Amino acid sequence: MSLFEKLNQKAFDLGLPLNVHMDVTYRCNERCQHCYLDHDDHGEMTTEEIRGVLRQLQEAGVFFLTLSGGEPLVRRDCFEIIEYARSLKFHVKLKSNAVLITSKQAARLRSLGVGEVQVSVYSHRPEIHDAITRLPGSLARTLAGIAQLTSEGIKVTLANVLMKGNAQDSEEVHILAEQIGAQYTLDPTITPMLSGDTSVLDLRLPSNELNELFHKSKLVGDVQAFCAPPPAVDEDVLDGYPCSAGHTACYISPYGDLFPCVQFPLTCGNLRHQSFSEIWKDSPQLKEVRSIRARHLTTCSSCGHLGSCTRCPGLAFMEGDMRGPSSADCEKSYVRTGIVSAGMIARQSASANLVQIAPLNFRSESFHGVA
Amino acid sequence: MSEKYVARSKAVASRTLGGEIVIMSAVDSTLFILNDVAAQIWLAADGQTSLSEIVKWNVCEEFEVNPEVAYNDAVEFVDELAVHGILQTSEHPLSPNDTGAAETP
Repeated sequence: MSLFEKLNQKAFDLGLPLNVHMDVTYRCNERCQHCYLDHDDHGEMTTEEIRGVLRQLQEAGVFFLTLSGGEPLVRRDCFEIIEYARSLKFHVKLKSNAVLITSKQAARLRSLGVGEVQVSVYSHRPEIHDAITRLPGSLARTLAGIAQLTSEGIKVTLANVLMKGNAQDSEEVHILAEQIGAQYTLDPTITPMLSGDTSVLDLRLPSNELNELFHKSKLVGDVQAFCAPPPAVDEDVLDGYPCSAGHTACYISPYGDLFPCVQFPLTCGNLRHQSFSEIWKDSPQLKEVRSIRARHLTTCSSCGHLGSCTRCPGLAFMEGDMRGPSSADCEKSYVRTGIVSAGMIARQSASANLVQIAPLNFRSESFHGVA
Repeated sequence: MSEKYVARSKAVASRTLGGEIVIMSAVDSTLFILNDVAAQIWLAADGQTSLSEIVKWNVCEEFEVNPEVAYNDAVEFVDELAVHGILQTSEHPLSPNDTGAAETP
């Protein structure tokens, strides 16, 4: 067991919120096609409110703090927030598009001891990256910001969110990361908007492109291991928890709403009305999330992929049932291994029933697909 | 033998979780979970107290250990943390203004 695993296990055993992701604003200077947020200010927490929340997080035992947005640097008090967080000895990771990072700001981030800056880069080609961000010149500005960060010795990770239109550039972005001394992480997950709007899901990669992606050793490492059939489902797997959301991690919105995770918009309380520890310990929603073991999952508990699936309970929640399958993860498991998931079979039989009702009873021509 | 002074760096994240001190370097993201002896040294690393004094008063007084072995182990420990930017070491006392030693660990 690595030290990180040991720390996570300890936090889990003690019920500590080890990781908190806080969006300090939803405002942004880019307008990314796939973004799950609106870009308005509906009453963000003030500097003082955020300082108060950070003190509560420190008392609760939070160690890893991710500050994100929107673009966090559009807040004029962003550095004040980071400085205060660092004075409370959080490990701070900043998620930014780096467009606003100058040499002075990079130096300040280094002097504050920010542990990592994660920057979204969609392509090595400006015409592709800028088309996704809808901000002309954004790739050049982002790379300039990253150069300032790396010159200060700050760890930078390029987050390569993949969707229709940029997946073909993933290997080049990986090479770019190596050239500029950055880490690389890819994410083919496009999530519905927090408002519930699912139109952005049209940007999700089709199976054939996902399949191609999952078989590139440059991106996934050992392809044979990555695409291996899932391990047998045993009692340990059935007693396992879906993920860390709500157990050792949670998300805080710019308005003080607390969710189990940024991808799991189940409101568990609001920090303007309740203390963090009150929500963390007593929220009925968090208690419900924590009560779910793999064996309680509808459909997935009988799926052969259970032991290795990346099933996201937040995506499942957004599909209507936090105990149900997440169709995006069903597809990933299928594409990785070639083995159909229980969720796919369930969806297929449900849709097959619907198709059969009308043709069999009323219109014979539609049975042949004419109508 | 020259004296060694140690001070906690500003470039760290730290937290006491379930009675254990957890430290992470902002320089290279290395994570440490300190045992009881290491925690005593970390807490006493104010830049003003020499390592030999720390070992004498905070380690040997608290734990039944051979002073020479304890000192050698302590040197190895602080040197390792210094490599990751977690502790600063010097042959002379370190000013709190130059370190994070004055802050709550």
